[in-house]
Amino acid sequence: MAEHILMKGNEAIAISAIRNGCDGYFGYPITPQSEVMETLMEEKPWETTGMVVLQAESETSSINMLYGGASCGKKVMTSSSSPGLSLMCEGLSYLAGAELPCVVVNVVRGGPGLGTIQPGQGDYFQACKGGGHGDYKMVVLAPSSAQEMYDFVDLGFDLSFKYLNPVMILADGVVGQMMEKVELKPMKPRWSDDYIKSTFKWATTGKTPDRKQNVITSLALDAAVHERLNYKLQQKYKQMEQEDVRFETFMCEDAEHVIVAYGCMARICESTVELARKEGIKLGLLRPITLYPFPTAEINRLVPQLKTMMSVELSAGQMVEDVRLAVNGRVPVNFFGRLGGIVPSPEEVFEAFKKEIK
Amino acid sequence: MDLKDIIKPENRVYAKTPVLTENVMHYCPGCSHGTVHKIIAEVIEEMGIQEKTIGISPVGCSVFAYNYVDIDWQQAAHGRAPAVATATKRLFPDKYVFTYQGDGDLASIGTAEIMHACNRGENIVVIFINNAIYGMTGGQMAPTTLIGMKTSTSPYGRSEELHGKPLKITELIAQLEGTCYVTRQSVQSAAAARKTKRAIRKAFENSALSKGTSFVEVVSACNSGWKLSPVKANEWMVENMFPQYPLGDIKDR
Repeated sequence: MAEHILMKGNEAIAISAIRNGCDGYFGYPITPQSEVMETLMEEKPWETTGMVVLQAESETSSINMLYGGASCGKKVMTSSSSPGLSLMCEGLSYLAGAELPCVVVNVVRGGPGLGTIQPGQGDYFQACKGGGHGDYKMVVLAPSSAQEMYDFVDLGFDLSFKYLNPVMILADGVVGQMMEKVELKPMKPRWSDDYIKSTFKWATTGKTPDRKQNVITSLALDAAVHERLNYKLQQKYKQMEQEDVRFETFMCEDAEHVIVAYGCMARICESTVELARKEGIKLGLLRPITLYPFPTAEINRLVPQLKTMMSVELSAGQMVEDVRLAVNGRVPVNFFGRLGGIVPSPEEVFEAFKKEIK
Repeated sequence: MDLKDIIKPENRVYAKTPVLTENVMHYCPGCSHGTVHKIIAEVIEEMGIQEKTIGISPVGCSVFAYNYVDIDWQQAAHGRAPAVATATKRLFPDKYVFTYQGDGDLASIGTAEIMHACNRGENIVVIFINNAIYGMTGGQMAPTTLIGMKTSTSPYGRSEELHGKPLKITELIAQLEGTCYVTRQSVQSAAAARKTKRAIRKAFENSALSKGTSFVEVVSACNSGWKLSPVKANEWMVENMFPQYPLGDIKDR
């Protein structure tokens, strides 16, 4: 029988990294995700799997350490929280431009500015619409349980190497801090240097006489070359939209109203759906698991049976814009959100929902 | 004896190292970058470490260093090369990893990264080209620009009151416990270039011995940025730069 352990979402990220063949973690302390690096330092994986763990001098440095590690074809990751992610945006743009794989975890807190250390979901725009400069996208995974924190590290590495692009795990302070039972999946060994050399022909593994030099760069001063590079990136994002949209639905089969919520708010809104059903209101829940690529097609499929949709977020209304784009005016799209780190109860969401459909 | 009798491999006194590519350099005539590139390529050839060397290029004129030195390269964001090199070396401990950075990159925007990489004693080599100006962006004032020196952002000359004094970053680096070898060299003459080559070779050898960070500053000429002819630029450098940035080993342990 598989081993189950009670742990925090943040601890699950760390344990999963070790168990899924991660080569290097580079991070900087920030609440509410410091347990990730603390757990790694406690576990000392450099003595077991050989994984490197390093506390960097800043988030700017950690993301650039990922640039170096990813250039070598290694599985590298970092974690941070909102203000730290703002510092990493430069690096994320470079990683995307240079087509490098890595996993970046953002355990979101409230903003803007120093904001609060309480949970938030106000980094949706930053994660899904760019954040850094230029036309780039990342696959954005939104875990809603400690188990998904564990599972998405492995999935994140798979997707980042599939697309040679950064993958973000966009968690929130609730998911990072809450303790749940986590099933430990079988261990995956780290890749050997020989495997990396023969599999990732682009990686900087040292120029041998049998090949040309490998250069990792995002620079292309020739306009035509640079446009081609951009089209190639856009092609990848299209492929993400075709092949890697992930979502879950709850009681949507006969639903006349659907709430869209992710992360901790999806867990809370499940209870809201149950409250509504008890009162005979046909409410369902759509939980995007990938925020980018967004489950636009699923919303399209649902709209004909719906009277309203509502986006519920720990923000002033960010994901709701993508819901509205998908719905395209066919039914009213309402919004309910709390700010400042306040997490609404299922009852509070239900009251807000009822007010909107009156 | 005709020419054919003379042109034989055994009579050859000089040849371009194969570690330098055939690409024509984009650097201005008189610029020090080309000489330093050649020295690095020669050291890599002589040590036989082409397959084991990874270079990290900066933002600035030498962003294209990868076009000239035939090894694997990573092109880093402005100032971040020491962080990039840190991870590369830690994940590939048997490789020779070096950063190649200018004064804007290393001594301005990248001060945090260079300080902490050196303080951790990363087993990397840092080549620091100090020409006291931002070359690629068109000759703006750098942290190492001399007092009174005219640049496009200090058109009346660098003023101590307005901009502070030139930053002697190499002396700061030498204070850090993690560095094993800190030296300041130049390449304006054959003799100076030979000394720089010895310094760079020693730096690379240190990184295999896991002694800590080796840091080689090369006081360099940017004749285009300085608005001087190549010859005059070298003379100006000897007269004005060397008193502010004296040559020689600062630390060797």
